[in-house]
Amino acid sequence: MELLIVLCIPALGAAVSMIAPGRRVAAGTTVLGALVVLLLSLRVAIVTASGTDMVAVKDWVSCDGMGALLLLLTSFVGFTAALFSWGYVAKTSSSDRSEASRRYYSNLNLFLLSLLAVPVLAHIALVWIAVELTTLLSVFLVSYEDTPEALEAAWKYVMLTCMGAAIALIGILMLYWAMAVSGGGPFTWQGLVTASSRMPPALLMTAFLFILVGFGTKAGLVPLHTWLPDAHSQAPSPVCALLSGVETSAVLYAILRLLPVLQGIDGAAASWCVAFGLISTVAAAFLLIQVKDYKRLFAFSTIEHMGIILVGAGLGGADAQLGATYQLMNHAIAKSFCFYAAGAALLISGVRYIPSVRGLIRTSPITGASLILGGLAISGAPPFAVFFSEISILRAGLRTGHYLVVGLLSLSIVVAFCGIMFHVTRLVFGKPSSESVAVALPRSCVGALALAAIPVLGIGLYVPQWITDLLGHAAAVLGR
Amino acid sequence: METTATVSFFIQQVLGLVGGLFLLTTFGLIVTRQLRANLTLFTIQSALLAASALTLGYARSSTHLLFVAGLTVVVKPLLIPWLLRRIVSSDIFARRDISQVLNIPTVLLVGLGLATLSYFISRPLLDGADAAVRTNLPIGMAGLFLGVFAMTVRREAISQVLAILSMENGAFFAGIAIAPGLPLMAELAASFDMLIIALVMGLLAKKIHERVGTTSVGELVALKEDSTRWNS
Repeated sequence: MELLIVLCIPALGAAVSMIAPGRRVAAGTTVLGALVVLLLSLRVAIVTASGTDMVAVKDWVSCDGMGALLLLLTSFVGFTAALFSWGYVAKTSSSDRSEASRRYYSNLNLFLLSLLAVPVLAHIALVWIAVELTTLLSVFLVSYEDTPEALEAAWKYVMLTCMGAAIALIGILMLYWAMAVSGGGPFTWQGLVTASSRMPPALLMTAFLFILVGFGTKAGLVPLHTWLPDAHSQAPSPVCALLSGVETSAVLYAILRLLPVLQGIDGAAASWCVAFGLISTVAAAFLLIQVKDYKRLFAFSTIEHMGIILVGAGLGGADAQLGATYQLMNHAIAKSFCFYAAGAALLISGVRYIPSVRGLIRTSPITGASLILGGLAISGAPPFAVFFSEISILRAGLRTGHYLVVGLLSLSIVVAFCGIMFHVTRLVFGKPSSESVAVALPRSCVGALALAAIPVLGIGLYVPQWITDLLGHAAAVLGR
Repeated sequence: METTATVSFFIQQVLGLVGGLFLLTTFGLIVTRQLRANLTLFTIQSALLAASALTLGYARSSTHLLFVAGLTVVVKPLLIPWLLRRIVSSDIFARRDISQVLNIPTVLLVGLGLATLSYFISRPLLDGADAAVRTNLPIGMAGLFLGVFAMTVRREAISQVLAILSMENGAFFAGIAIAPGLPLMAELAASFDMLIIALVMGLLAKKIHERVGTTSVGELVALKEDSTRWNS
């Protein structure tokens, strides 16, 4: 039941935001709706953490460990993004654009709806549609600023990801074919795993490759990543948090859930995952050194993290799978925080160009501190959770004898760490340029930053038992 | 697959003819320069998709596929072109896509290679499959690959939108043969999804036209790492 309500609330929120008399009502409804969704998702997560799957409509709407993890992350980032939007949109749009900001909230709700639908839906054809809708419903959020650059980014985004979705579609249809050949059954993730031993291996492998390439485009895997830094830097920051933090993870979720289906066919699928993941990680780590725009910096870091998760899941074995799910969670939490910090920096300085922003710690201590915190957290400095998940993936790789993979992975992690910290310290420290005047951050932005900082700081030091259980169940879904 | 024997020789011929025409229109989508002609070709391609579904539905006497054919007729050749014409002003449709990245003979050669590739890929999957799958799977896959190719060589916004839509047509062309039992719920949602694609991309193309003054999206290259836009 909770699952259906979770889907209804953003739909209602979108309708209310569209007809609401003013910006305040739209913003308030969105924040309130996102809060209710977060509370419901918490309940779903706690129930599934105890080992029972939530089923609302059998074979159509249900949620297991992996789904609940993604649902919880989506609703958490959704809530903080809604909160951050309140101040951000009010500050960045002039008063004559109240129509535009109402449409922003309406689109944000619809985008949230499609993101929440990915883990909640069980029928795979519907999951494909939900993934496709995450693109289509966020296009006008990416182009919200209405500058030529934003429109260009939105165009590249919608074209490349829809191309990917069409490639994935033929893969999904092949999976359905394989299902029919093997004697039928419910076309769900679980149903696929059950029937996989009876499916023709060649068909499964071809279907998987189509889906890997198709959805990989949308997850930002190199070499089809070119749209990602554009879209993730041009969109308003709260939208970036959703795009980078959970949208990419939601797509990756659809790829990862196929891994147990292909486990029977001598590890070929897993090797493809490791190869694609490694290429993305290494390329992104070196690309992020030369960025000029601090939002692009975090966008490249997203590509790097998607690669690491894919490598972790591809390495196989319980340890690596646990590391991959842990990394998925840490990425969503830390990356959304980074984009809020970047959004705050943009509100303070008004530019995205790294060399023209200096000494943020003086002009706005909150922004400066958040950027340092976010930079350390996302690049995997020791007390933060990303460090632990990366170490656990590396350790699992060493134990199974993948020395080359571990070597390349650790090299790119180190390079990315240096790259991110080099740029972030330049932003935060130094002498502020004379033109930058002290601007106070909107209160809701500070609130969203504080709220998002809690798990960033906390999860590395202390993981509650139910989250450990949830991660365990999620990792179990990736294996067989 | 279980109804292998029921596809008669005549039906096979019809399916083959429709498939061949489908492939031909797909090639047409890559090489035509007039945007209006491009849209017409897409309409014909969509109608052929519906015709293929109709033939298969008749051959397998499946009301399900007949419904899919009906749905396809309403959405793809009728609603989508109507929607695109409504959203995007006619002077955009009057444009010619002349600045192709490659010249037409090269484009055709690469396209031929892609079509061969799709036969190469689908070959190992066809063991024991019936005639409908043998015809539709490689052609659908070729439609998909040619769509990707069209997207990369096309510069005009509308041609790129049509390339995306024709890719989905290709996927569904294979789909009606290999996954005829897909639940109606999913079929309806997928058609709705196609409509949203046309709507969103059309609106975005219109916005770009208003804001940037061109729909030649291939020339939008401001967002690059080494760009000089920061100096202004």
